[in-house]
Amino acid sequence: MKRAGFTNRWLPVLLLVPQLIIIAVFFYWPAGYAIQSSFYLQDPFGFGSTFVGLENYTDLLSASEYRKVAWFTVIFTLLVTFFSLALSLLLAVKADNILRGAKTYRTLLMWVYAVAPPVAGFIGIMMFDQSTGPISNFFKSLGWDFTLGVNYFDTASAMVIVSVWKQVPVNFIFFLSGLQSIPRSVREAALIDNRSGMGRFWDVTFPLLAPTGFFLLIINITYSLFDTFGVVDTLVKGEPGNNPMTLVYKVYVDGFRGNDLGGSSAQSVILMVLVLALTIFQFRLVERRIHYT
Amino acid sequence: MIDITTATPNAATITPKRRFKWNVALDHLVLIVGSLFMILPVLLAFTTASHDAVTIHREGLQLKMGDQLGVNFQKAMFEKGGFTDTVDGMRMLTNSFILGIGFAVGKIIIGMMAAYAIVYFRLRFASFAFWIIFTTLLLPLEVRILPSYEVIQGLGLTNTYTGLIVPLIASATATFFFRQFFRSVPEELVEASRIDGAGPVKFFIDILVPLSRTMIAAMFIIMFVFGWNQYLWPTLITTEESFFTLVRGIKQIVISYTDAQIPEHGQALALAFVAIVPPVLVVIFFQSWFVKGLTESDK
Repeated sequence: MKRAGFTNRWLPVLLLVPQLIIIAVFFYWPAGYAIQSSFYLQDPFGFGSTFVGLENYTDLLSASEYRKVAWFTVIFTLLVTFFSLALSLLLAVKADNILRGAKTYRTLLMWVYAVAPPVAGFIGIMMFDQSTGPISNFFKSLGWDFTLGVNYFDTASAMVIVSVWKQVPVNFIFFLSGLQSIPRSVREAALIDNRSGMGRFWDVTFPLLAPTGFFLLIINITYSLFDTFGVVDTLVKGEPGNNPMTLVYKVYVDGFRGNDLGGSSAQSVILMVLVLALTIFQFRLVERRIHYT
Repeated sequence: MIDITTATPNAATITPKRRFKWNVALDHLVLIVGSLFMILPVLLAFTTASHDAVTIHREGLQLKMGDQLGVNFQKAMFEKGGFTDTVDGMRMLTNSFILGIGFAVGKIIIGMMAAYAIVYFRLRFASFAFWIIFTTLLLPLEVRILPSYEVIQGLGLTNTYTGLIVPLIASATATFFFRQFFRSVPEELVEASRIDGAGPVKFFIDILVPLSRTMIAAMFIIMFVFGWNQYLWPTLITTEESFFTLVRGIKQIVISYTDAQIPEHGQALALAFVAIVPPVLVVIFFQSWFVKGLTESDK
């Protein structure tokens, strides 16, 4: 750190203390507690716990239900990430193309950012209602008898659609600001070299957007894994039953409905490792991006 | 640089007629369809909230406005509902504002203080403190919910505003954001104010805070929306309905409304609409700050 700054013994400590206390009590303590209790088997009535080593983990990984949820989470994450990125890229390219009304479109396309996931889920319930929902009626006219909350595949489709709807604005904002930062000179040069709009997009614009795209890829994976909790919870109306659920939702269900502290903590630790890996990957990408631009 | 169009000033007059451009029309078409995709669901929720329960129950969502809008909003906001009949819409709206504003203000104050200490002071354990704080960026609350809940319960903070707000502040996004910004402030400012005899406190309050105004506004908008929309943590920590926020209460309210003989979807939708409006207005009206805060804080 290059800064000259002040020399004062107590003031900086005083300034740091609130932040440090909060993260110690509400971050490090729970995180440590999660790791510790993932090695213990909790008595269901709360009378002590026994050390069981890695048993919670091996139980999890051999349970077919956990593997099923993990697979669903992977597919769900891939679908949500792909569709929300593709859709918002298309919209951002179009919004960047036009001259008139660009600002209006930007507003119309981004405000959904502020809608809370469970509220989005609730609107989803109305839209996908078995007898009166407009979307399920539309599907019915195509011969698809859509039953939300009953059929596994239908419920999963609704989850993907609502989650994509909720995520398009963020991606749109980032893609648009990425597009707008491409220098005019580059665009004009491309215009001279290549007359076809599609060709220009794939040869010039797309590679220049790649850093934004990689960054958004991580953001979207994290979103699909964690922030969709509210969507999942409202769409299944709090009754998991046979419905699809994500890994985070399972941590909640096992921990709070099943009172399985050890198993839930082991799942938490697995997710922590996953997020850690994703974040390290992201930091390396960001470093590279700063290098080249 | 010479622009090609200025080289031929009468280009517009030479071209006989402006032809209809199909690709421009297509661009607009895609954008309009996209906008409709974003708007229609919420618009339908609003228009449907203006109908009475029987109509909605029988015919589903309504695109036309009905005449029950005032009645539904009135009942949703001022009649006690929920499972225990102890909470009305106003109470939940107030709680949402307490959570949104409390979270945003708390996070900004604590983040600015910590960032100031890290950037402007020579500290022996500065890099240690830095890493302790920034590790929190790695693990979202969602992965450690049960242990966090146990800790809060052990401290007796369930069903309190403290328990609701403070644990959410335990992540370093604001600190990181302000650290980046403080580092971009010219160093000469510190030296100049030191020569003028300003101490660290005076420098912070009289120079750095006013300089950060835009940053604070951008951060406030992002954090307000983030706090307002919290769902998982409030669900765990508030079990008394008088502490429910709109977003936290939505599932319960919907279930208790829809369990009736004729589900009160109109009122439920009215509440959902009230939950949507404040953060959306903030985002729309302070759009440029919001976009700035979003694209710069996530880097």
